[in-house]
Amino acid sequence: MTRHLHLAVALDGAGWHPAARSPEVLRPGYWRDLVRTAERGLLDFVTFEDTLGPPVAGPPGRLDALLVAARVAPATSRIGLVPVVTVTHTEPFHVSTELATLDHISNGRAGWQVRVSGRPAEAAQFGHRVFPDLDPAHLDDESARFVAELFAEAADHVEVVRRLWDSWEDDAVIRDVATGRFVDREKLHYVDFAGRFFSVKGPSIVPRPPQGQPVVTALAHDQLPLEFAAGSADVVYVTDPSIVEGVRPAKVFLDLVVSFDGAAFDSDAHVFTGTPEELVELLLDEREAGIDGFRLRPAVLPDDLATVVERVVPLLQERGAFRTAYAESTLRERLGLPVAVNRYAGASA
Amino acid sequence: MSKKQVILAAHFPGVNNTTVWSDPESGSQIAFDSFTRFAQTAERGRFDFFFLAEGLRLREQRGRIHDLDVVGRPDALTLLAGLAAVTDHLGLTGTVNATFNEPYELARKLATLDHLTEGRVGWNVVTSSDAFTGENFRRGGYLDRADRYSRAAEVLQTARELWDSWAAGRDAPDEFVHSGQHIDIRGRVTVPKGPQGHPLIIQAGDSDPGREFAAKDADAIFSRHGTLEAGKAFYADVKGRMAKYGRRPEELKILPASTFVLGDTDADARERAHHIRRQQVSPQTAILLLEQLWNKDLSDHDPDGPLPAFDPVPEADSIIKGRTRLYDDPIEKAREWRALAQEKGLGIRDLIIEVTGRQNFVGTPSAIAQALDEHVQADAADGFILVPHIVPGGLDEFVDRVVPLLQERGVLRTEYTTSTLREHLGLVKR
Repeated sequence: MTRHLHLAVALDGAGWHPAARSPEVLRPGYWRDLVRTAERGLLDFVTFEDTLGPPVAGPPGRLDALLVAARVAPATSRIGLVPVVTVTHTEPFHVSTELATLDHISNGRAGWQVRVSGRPAEAAQFGHRVFPDLDPAHLDDESARFVAELFAEAADHVEVVRRLWDSWEDDAVIRDVATGRFVDREKLHYVDFAGRFFSVKGPSIVPRPPQGQPVVTALAHDQLPLEFAAGSADVVYVTDPSIVEGVRPAKVFLDLVVSFDGAAFDSDAHVFTGTPEELVELLLDEREAGIDGFRLRPAVLPDDLATVVERVVPLLQERGAFRTAYAESTLRERLGLPVAVNRYAGASA
Repeated sequence: MSKKQVILAAHFPGVNNTTVWSDPESGSQIAFDSFTRFAQTAERGRFDFFFLAEGLRLREQRGRIHDLDVVGRPDALTLLAGLAAVTDHLGLTGTVNATFNEPYELARKLATLDHLTEGRVGWNVVTSSDAFTGENFRRGGYLDRADRYSRAAEVLQTARELWDSWAAGRDAPDEFVHSGQHIDIRGRVTVPKGPQGHPLIIQAGDSDPGREFAAKDADAIFSRHGTLEAGKAFYADVKGRMAKYGRRPEELKILPASTFVLGDTDADARERAHHIRRQQVSPQTAILLLEQLWNKDLSDHDPDGPLPAFDPVPEADSIIKGRTRLYDDPIEKAREWRALAQEKGLGIRDLIIEVTGRQNFVGTPSAIAQALDEHVQADAADGFILVPHIVPGGLDEFVDRVVPLLQERGVLRTEYTTSTLREHLGLVKR
């Protein structure tokens, strides 16, 4: 019996090829159809790419990823929905309640790809901080400290989001007519986070999400983000599998751009060009090397996604390496993550 | 000339004691199915829009989390995105605080939603200044009370600039630069202008600056003046303020929040109304509501016994947090309540049921249809934001029994003939 691999796709606009563009990316039906296609292929989850400001490359139009995921949720039933949400300028309280709400709407299929923003242009859109222009290839000491601070802030942000998810115990709503009480306030908890970057009191306004803790994911190209992901995330996407020696997050996914028509281009991840059969060999080899799953970034949508679903998935199934039906109902369960024990359960308010 | 149409909105019952959770018919306040069922019922009744309130900190009283009313609700905009998938015509509006949100992020989310709803989104702009709520946010309670409306006005103005910075049909956005009293930002948006241009803007504050803000810049007002006389006075006041901003009265829709109780006869309706009032005001809730006027711990008082003989202590630190003070002159109000209790022989709970009642329309379906129509034709309102007392079935009876009568009277559409929320309300794209 071969161990199954996990398979996700990353959706970004009209695809990850820099020249990919389509006016359809503003239409809700476009996203619904893409995610339904992915669900037909029994994929673990889809991610929705996002940045707060215009993308550095490609066309400038982009909808808020979390809202796209929420719009798609009622139109799908099994696939995980993982939007990118930036932590650098946003409020942990809002991010927590938005993701908890997505988990309620999707009945336990929500995840989150944490994004850290060091871009000066995005800082200027919020107007509270001025960020330096950095050359990531040549960081001096001061720049390195700045980047380390961004990741320290991100870790605090995720910590607050997670505490707020736990700030309601699962059985906090009691509806006890005899005493007139709707909730048992002993089961609502202040999170009382006080850090270097912000303080948050809690509790959340949203009851605990169905998964307890929606799945937290992050992309890591090198050591600093990897250390952040190992401490804060459940799943890390890597573009270079060798960086996970030593630091081992819960689940490691390899990020691959897939371009079945053979057109290569520059990307931050390896660009696979070739046939579905060749891709399957690559995935099986990497799985043997210890990779838990793969996140494929289709170069052109919907074409390369359709090829994943119609060609790659059946080949993996023939090899006994991929599910033939959805079994688990929540994304956590599907990924084999443990039940999220509430950190406050049993404690007094 | 055709009659004024009655605008109808459906308020998902929220976290105060209007919402009855103790009834056997009461369903989940958080499951998406509840919201779906509620919104689809409103759409079946050809309502103009769905409305969701917001709160950013759980309320506290006597220093503890308030546990007698419904607690907990979804994030508004995320929920609206989900509802866009299960409705086709209904407008989808939510409350979002202008104090604890960044204008860039908020404008981006609302523009996204205008695309994802295909032109059906609306934003109820509210403000808050309290440090209590601020404890949940990065920048804390950083607003003086006086700055609330100037911040809200600037956030809305900035959002409008951002929405306009990428005109429909253009390949790319212009750069925006906003430099004002509260906000100093620049950059480029990622979302082109949506189908409505700007989302529907709703305003809910009742103060003088709130009314001025609405007269200048809102498309609709969530008003608290539900009676015929108070409604007419409010309507005339707010619409009278519009000319100086170059606006016509019909560009702003006045929508009082309203409750309704139906019955087969008048007596039946009144009996049901009383039953609902007793559900809304449990013995424990009666004491809590009394404390909100007295501003003092009254937990040792018998809910069926007499009112406190001593006066309220308004000068003490407010015992209720996360909600604005309800009474201008607590000592005078307490005297009124005592006099009423004495005259009618009421204990605390019965007195509270009497004086905090918010039941606007109680009667047979035909009486209620007639009253709603008359309020609108008499310029006491342009429509209503209906607040049922129960989730998710609280609108069913209204849609089954009153909506057909409004349609017969020619004041409510029988089919949707417009596609965007602004169009539903007869407002132009902006």
